Amino acid sequence: MRRLAWVPRAHTPPWLPAGVSLGAFVAALLVTAGIFAAYGLNPVTAYATIVERTLLSWRGFGEVVRKSIPLLLAGVGMALALRARFWNIGAEGQILAGAVAASAVALFLPGLGSFVIPVLYLAAFVAAAAYGLVPAFLKARLGVNEIITTLMLNYVAIYVVRWLINGPWRGRSVTGFSYSDRFPRETYLPVLEGTRVHLPTLVIGLVLAVVVAWLLRSTRLGFSIRLLGEGPEAARYAGVRLLPTTLALAALAAGAAGLAGAGEVAGIHHRLIEPTSISLGYGYTAILVALLARSRPLATPIAALLLGWVFAAGDVMKVSLQLPFQITDVITGVTLLLLVASEPLLTHRPSWRVVKPQATTRPAGRST
Amino acid sequence: MDVELLTTTLARALAFGTPLLLVALGEIVAERSGVVNLGVEGAMMLGAVAGFVVAAITGSAILGLAAAALAGALTAALHATLSVVLLANQHVSGLAIAIGGVGLANLVGRDWVGRPLPAAMPFVSVPVLKDVPLLGPALFTDQYVLSYVALAAAVLLWWLTFRTRLGLTVRAVGESPIAADTSGVSVRRVRFLAVTFGGLMAGLGGAYLSLAYRPSWGENITNGMGWIALGLTIFALWHPLRAIGAALLFGAFFTLSFRLQSVLPPELLTLLPYLVTIVALTLIALRGGRGAVGAPEALGTPYRRGER
Repeated sequence: MRRLAWVPRAHTPPWLPAGVSLGAFVAALLVTAGIFAAYGLNPVTAYATIVERTLLSWRGFGEVVRKSIPLLLAGVGMALALRARFWNIGAEGQILAGAVAASAVALFLPGLGSFVIPVLYLAAFVAAAAYGLVPAFLKARLGVNEIITTLMLNYVAIYVVRWLINGPWRGRSVTGFSYSDRFPRETYLPVLEGTRVHLPTLVIGLVLAVVVAWLLRSTRLGFSIRLLGEGPEAARYAGVRLLPTTLALAALAAGAAGLAGAGEVAGIHHRLIEPTSISLGYGYTAILVALLARSRPLATPIAALLLGWVFAAGDVMKVSLQLPFQITDVITGVTLLLLVASEPLLTHRPSWRVVKPQATTRPAGRST
Repeated sequence: MDVELLTTTLARALAFGTPLLLVALGEIVAERSGVVNLGVEGAMMLGAVAGFVVAAITGSAILGLAAAALAGALTAALHATLSVVLLANQHVSGLAIAIGGVGLANLVGRDWVGRPLPAAMPFVSVPVLKDVPLLGPALFTDQYVLSYVALAAAVLLWWLTFRTRLGLTVRAVGESPIAADTSGVSVRRVRFLAVTFGGLMAGLGGAYLSLAYRPSWGENITNGMGWIALGLTIFALWHPLRAIGAALLFGAFFTLSFRLQSVLPPELLTLLPYLVTIVALTLIALRGGRGAVGAPEALGTPYRRGER
């Protein structure tokens, strides 16, 4: 009998992880083509429109880059957390924590002059790091499931921002809408001519990717983080101190997401606005960024750019193709599903061979 | 506290806690077999939208419920295919389904937002039980059918889990898949069915919101309830009867928190459930000391024959 069997690989070819990531992404684009067809659109012309408006125009490409900035920052943090198997699903809330802190500086700390922008970033980093430390402490000290606590804190952050813009921080000059007063001019982040790409945040994101890569490769903390990723047993055996390591990595990961929040309010909106408009799900998509990049910080810029393109394409679909914006969530979900489904390919290769019925090997993936 | 207040609080607690209980019971079964399904929020949303659309088109709440159960089960079966059959990472697979499921449900439901539902489910009372002092008016009078289903399911699942061979098999697979495998149990089949059952319950939990409690469809109708139910599963220590208590406790807290309306702005009132979930998980962890309390031994670990 001839049937499909999964043969364990002796070693993984170096091109394979990137190939599988890219393959999953391309397959998701094919699924999206199916969605276009279901909505009565010609997939070829739909994609042509998207490419034209996102890649072939300066302004359009600027939107791709500006949407990849928060994904890059939150994604680098997520990559770091995933290395230690710390499931920080809370980037969405941490982005908002950063946005709130940055807004506080911009609205209520006058007289900082040209220092205001560094102070605003710093405040955002610290606030988000503090927000991320809560679930990290509960996890490392008491074993409380961090997936649930970080997720709950996302909802908490959303409602705190809504309270602020409807209550204490509601703008005096604002009628009808709920948002804060406009920030003073000197807090506006410089942007690339003709786009909304706020350069300082982009540069911070790229630098952070390099720093985190260095941290993981060459420092004691990075070594501890990688050991944690091997499992708590291995880490304990090697003498890794669970609490400080978890706190450090969570603070860094959350702080990075917080910087993204500062970039969004000071670089784009110039006021604190409705939370789901500050972060369009960047925190959740950052998980996909980190997974596509296989938790390698230096690969996150590319993954962030790919998904930034999906977000920008979502805008084109909404405006030019009259498709509902929720499609981007579906694309994200499908890409994730395909990515996780293709995971076994990294450790096993499919082969058609003659097998005895009992001797079938099961397909296998990396265990949690 | 006078009796009147106690019974109305309990009654509202049940109305509020029913979707949490339904979803948590399903997740308890899945996790007892060793599989975490982080996709329940997605399964709940898809159940809610499928139930609403089918009930609105056919005019039958029963068909709506069936559609919701089917949608939830199919969603979970996808998770089971990835995580149990293909042995992919459970967390990633679940998250993908949560994100994609919520997006897909909102996409499908877009044209149904704000439409009334002629086939909404009515209140019913349970004969005999409704005359029991205290508990009768509190839990068995003027609730939706799904609330009674949830209570009955909890008792039934407790009995199945701890008193029957089937339950023993599911627990064995979750505690020690290698031992279960050795004794001739198909780990893969048990886990697949347990996860799918969990999704079915999550679908019903979603339908409770869109067909009974609201009854209407709105964007992000579950608003994180699936995630709270995941927390409840841990808080209930994976025990179906404790899940009743936990769901009622959560429900009672939310009901009572509305009394803070005069002092707290609505946004801060809305965030209390999420904070309480964190507090509840912390308390249960403190009680059990370090590490997971009574979690199935093989929870989250894929099982591959021939490897340990």
